[in-house]
Amino acid sequence: MAGKLDFYFDNITKSRLWRSIFRSGPGDSSLHRAQKIQQNVFLHILPTKVRRRMLRLDATWYLGTLTLGTFLVLVTTGTLLMFYYHPSVPQAYADMKDLRYVVSAGLFLRNLHRWSAHAMVVLVFAHMFRVFYRGAYRPPREFNWVIGVILLLVTLLLSYTGYLLPWDQLAFWAITVGTNIAKYVPLVGPKIRFLLLGGDLVNANALLRFYVLHCVVLPLAAVLLIAVHFWRIRKDGGLYVGNGNSDGRQHADTPSQTSVAKGVAVAEAVEKP
Amino acid sequence: MAEDSKPGSAQPERKVDRRAFFARLGLSSLGLAAAGTLSFSYQYMSPNVLYEPSPIVNAGSPEKYAMNSVTEDQVTGIYLIHLQEGFFSLSAICTHLGCMTAWRQDLGIIACPCHGSRFTRYGKKIAGPAPKPLPWYRTWLSDGGDIMVDRATVIPPMQFLRI
Repeated sequence: MAGKLDFYFDNITKSRLWRSIFRSGPGDSSLHRAQKIQQNVFLHILPTKVRRRMLRLDATWYLGTLTLGTFLVLVTTGTLLMFYYHPSVPQAYADMKDLRYVVSAGLFLRNLHRWSAHAMVVLVFAHMFRVFYRGAYRPPREFNWVIGVILLLVTLLLSYTGYLLPWDQLAFWAITVGTNIAKYVPLVGPKIRFLLLGGDLVNANALLRFYVLHCVVLPLAAVLLIAVHFWRIRKDGGLYVGNGNSDGRQHADTPSQTSVAKGVAVAEAVEKP
Repeated sequence: MAEDSKPGSAQPERKVDRRAFFARLGLSSLGLAAAGTLSFSYQYMSPNVLYEPSPIVNAGSPEKYAMNSVTEDQVTGIYLIHLQEGFFSLSAICTHLGCMTAWRQDLGIIACPCHGSRFTRYGKKIAGPAPKPLPWYRTWLSDGGDIMVDRATVIPPMQFLRI
């Protein structure tokens, strides 16, 4: 039975269709496995090789991966919530109540979205503290630290813009206070508040603007920056694991950029003929 | 690079050939277009007409307001106050971060629930983080005999409407 399954599976993986999608072909050599990562648009931002230590819990506590997990939960639940939510002034609050009391699984999805948002903020901060106290921001990873700080800001802005959308008292006053804080910026403060709200009051314009920022602008920015963030992990020599002893040679244990480059060169040479 | 180092081309580097000229022209046009886009976007994002409530409020007949009373209207965000000196109107919006303040009859003060600012019934700050007193709004009597308040016009304090 198992042999038969293997036979069918082999037939599929050897088929022209399969090979047109997954070009690395059958085989289990290091080169093949490297190619599988390298020739896949989703996987190629990952390193082709990782050290076993990098995957251990104590290397990173998986805080970055968990943050990505909450982000994916938020994208999924948020998209589903959008099917029932109108960003217009009397309707938004009613839709939120409908999601709570009328729509099947609406309560679950809304709560999942809310709790994942809280979790993401906590995890992003935990990730940042972990990176900071391990010293993982040091060269050659300083640019990725900067990307991470921007991602922290994007996360907080996502959290803040989502705050207004239920259109309840808490939302209204939180955004009133928040945008008044922005107004204290010297010179441009009042203009920033005006542009953010699309007016002088927290009103229909403000709801629509926050909705567009929350559902389109900021998520796109986050996806783009997350892609750069992951790509840089690979380019900067993989996850930072330190070397376990305190002689100051932190980078001795991470794969050098040349070894990664060498792997790529070999793979490309094989691909060419 | 290669042709620059040819012995024949000892011309000064200032020389702009046709290719460089068009490259600069193209880049400058792109720069101009980008600046135009920025300014256009800024104007687009800044609404010209606001569908917000009128700043002028009809507070009704003066008889509605008893002597020594402070009346808050949360919809319009104003206080209408009737004291011995006359009528006047204060903003009910806290000058700290824009929360709605409330009249505390028991304490005889205006208090903000958000961050604890407190004001007298004349709008003077007595406690809390508010940086300014509550502004006085222009009030007048309409032809129909109603008290009118203009929330867009702030007047110096202690200008009472006497009827």
